[in-house]
Amino acid sequence: MPPLVKRLASAIGLLVAVLVLNFLLIQMAPGDPVEVIVGEMGGASEELIARLRAEYGLDKPVIVQLGLYLSKVVTGDFGYSYYFNQPVLSLILQRLPATILLVVSSLMIAVVVGTLMGIYSARKPKGLLSHFVTIFSLVGYAAPVFWTGLMLLILFASVFPIFPVSGMQNVRGSETWIGAVLDVLHHLVLPSVTLASIYIATYSRLSRASMLDVLGSDYIRTARAKGLNERRVIFGHALRNGLIPVVTMVGLQFGQLFAGAVLVETVFNWPGLGRLAYESILRRDYPTILAILFFSAILVMVANILTDLAYGRIDPRIGGGRRKPSKPKGAAQ
Amino acid sequence: MKLLKTSTLAGALALGLSAGFTPAFADTLVVGTTQTPRHFNGAIQSGIATFMATAQVFASPLKYDAEWNPEPYLAESWETSEDGLSVTLHLRDGVTFHDGEPLTSADVKFSIETIKENHPFQTMLAPVTEVETPDDLTAVIHLANPHPALMLAMSPALMPIIPEHVYGEGNIQENPANLSPVGSGPFKFVEYQQGDFYRLEKNEDFFLDGLPKMDEVIVQIIGDQANLTLSAERGDVDMVPFMSAIRDVQRLEKADGVSVSDDGYDAIGPLNWIAFNTQKPPFDDVRVRQAIGYAMNKDFILERLLGGVAKDSVGPITATSPMATDEVEAYDFDLEKAAALLDEAGLAPDADGVRFTATMDFIPGMAEMGRNMAEYMRTQLRPLGIEVEVRTAPDFPTWAQRIASYDFDMTEDSVYNWGDPVIGVHRTYLTSNIREGVIWSNTQRYSNPEVDALLEQAAVETDPEARAELYKTFQQIVVADAPILFINEVPFYTAYNDGLTGLPQTIWGAVSPWDEVEWTE
Repeated sequence: MPPLVKRLASAIGLLVAVLVLNFLLIQMAPGDPVEVIVGEMGGASEELIARLRAEYGLDKPVIVQLGLYLSKVVTGDFGYSYYFNQPVLSLILQRLPATILLVVSSLMIAVVVGTLMGIYSARKPKGLLSHFVTIFSLVGYAAPVFWTGLMLLILFASVFPIFPVSGMQNVRGSETWIGAVLDVLHHLVLPSVTLASIYIATYSRLSRASMLDVLGSDYIRTARAKGLNERRVIFGHALRNGLIPVVTMVGLQFGQLFAGAVLVETVFNWPGLGRLAYESILRRDYPTILAILFFSAILVMVANILTDLAYGRIDPRIGGGRRKPSKPKGAAQ
Repeated sequence: MKLLKTSTLAGALALGLSAGFTPAFADTLVVGTTQTPRHFNGAIQSGIATFMATAQVFASPLKYDAEWNPEPYLAESWETSEDGLSVTLHLRDGVTFHDGEPLTSADVKFSIETIKENHPFQTMLAPVTEVETPDDLTAVIHLANPHPALMLAMSPALMPIIPEHVYGEGNIQENPANLSPVGSGPFKFVEYQQGDFYRLEKNEDFFLDGLPKMDEVIVQIIGDQANLTLSAERGDVDMVPFMSAIRDVQRLEKADGVSVSDDGYDAIGPLNWIAFNTQKPPFDDVRVRQAIGYAMNKDFILERLLGGVAKDSVGPITATSPMATDEVEAYDFDLEKAAALLDEAGLAPDADGVRFTATMDFIPGMAEMGRNMAEYMRTQLRPLGIEVEVRTAPDFPTWAQRIASYDFDMTEDSVYNWGDPVIGVHRTYLTSNIREGVIWSNTQRYSNPEVDALLEQAAVETDPEARAELYKTFQQIVVADAPILFINEVPFYTAYNDGLTGLPQTIWGAVSPWDEVEWTE
């Protein structure tokens, strides 16, 4: 089997597993969406409850529900949200841009800030600043992300009210197009910094270790011996190799970043998929939860594939089939 | 010094940024809420989130003042026949929906039929047999039996008149106009950014002259209460109705430029109580339930646990209702009496001083009335020899399933009156409403034939005084039987910017029209 086909097959298998497993998991949680809907309606008659359950197909055995669901998903139909009263797909598409904006900006902040911190502390590993970077990143890594979010809110939205508290835009509206963009960016600062805070640690530690390794290698010594200035040595020669583990990490952490977004979006009232996930879990809105998990699984897979591609470009040794690695002698007897 | 410099710089930058964001409309009202609406069609969906929008977009036959008196709204006048079997509404002439189509008695008929068929509060219109429309401006509602509850059922939140030409076709549950409603109320619906905010604008052709005052209303959904409170404190939102979180109310009370008030909301009648599983020993013994009633120090609960923010509740009907009485057993704090009742019930303490153990549940989410209350019960009942095990639930459905399947001993619970007792009170006490799997039915499984008979009579009694008398006896019996210990009214506060007047403070509070809200400065 060609690697691409193999990859695709395993991806599809994984997606089916994601759907089935999550479907069963959600079914195990007590209560169902009708109970929540009735709860928020302030009570309802038995007839209405039975009618709603029948309408949503909740009166059928779990295995039948699962079969029906999978057969619909195959045709691209992710169902109708019981709670939000609209097709799940349109619900998700409405929420997706906000999450992508948040996750991508956090990732950028984390990678850029983290790597720069790592490089800096690798150059003077025993310096004061290096220790500061270590402490800072460990604290950022150890603190629960919702707590970091709340602290930032208290500090920068209440004590020093520099940033907005919630949402993605000023609902009163902006007068100009530029104003609207600035408004979104203004709202983006706290949530993206919060989400980035955990990952800055990872990237700074990782790039520090990797750069220390690279900076000690022969070719760097050669480069220095040639008389290149330190800037060229680091950014021209060392970084390329030092970055390899960072790139791997970006791919691996994409899924975690998404999980972090659930908490950050809830704290900052960011109207994205993460908050939708949280809301629909509380409301047992099965179709919405499943679709969100499905799409996040796809996102993670795509991220992994992209990582592999990027990896191949940075590190020619991993050529992805371009050059067959020679079999080590004496192996696989 | 450097730090100071940086923060000044950041401040200046932020000021520059926020200067660009001045409100586009001078007369805009931004309302904050924690509740996400499922949709905006109050004819087929109840609940505060839907009611709030419904009362703005749609108009109803009647509305109410702050003293439970009906006022003309879509109906200029109305009369009930001698026998109480029909109610005639005379509609205002020249009313149009937001799409320009005229509102006629046919729409009233359609709305009443739709509500009867689909609304979660089935008792509201259950006796309606037919709606007759002799002409465009007259609707006659025929009833199988006299039904005084119809009057409160014609309120803005409960009886939106929806246009037949918009909602008449197909399955109304999936009508797209549920998310972009068309009504005849003070505000037109503009847009809904799912889970973020919805925007309404002034209905220039509103049938009440000079109303509404605001040009634009934006309802911002902020799911997290702490975040919402912060937004109100900063003035990002101008009004926050239905605030129940006690610490947040107290915090906003102290905030500059923001005031809080618990005026209004009487008709919603949100009662918070402790319910017993009355068919599970030892709670099948009325003396055990009463003993727990005497063991609780209500002054302490109201003043300390609830910070003096919530009102006392003594019986099943909200205190200001014309049907309410306070001449009921008060369960004054008396531990000796409580112990004596338990002895009488044959529950003697064992060697460790324990008479029996019981579980206590609570609705997750509202710490002060839920968890704190349950913890209080645990410490308060221990000296009496009752070991209470506090059971937490991770979320609402978990709790609801326990209670609706009778898997509980005691639980904190909040149940609302919703106007007339027929709508929100009867369901908790009628033997016929013991329905397994239905939350907020008679989950206590309380059954008293005398109570059943009284409620049936009161439902059809058209003379208000005679009706109040029947309800008085009912309240006395229920409080004495103690299937439920009444604790407090859920505090509903409106936090508002000091520059606002004309707040919605009728008996329906913020689920009535916000047409008189305006800026004074």
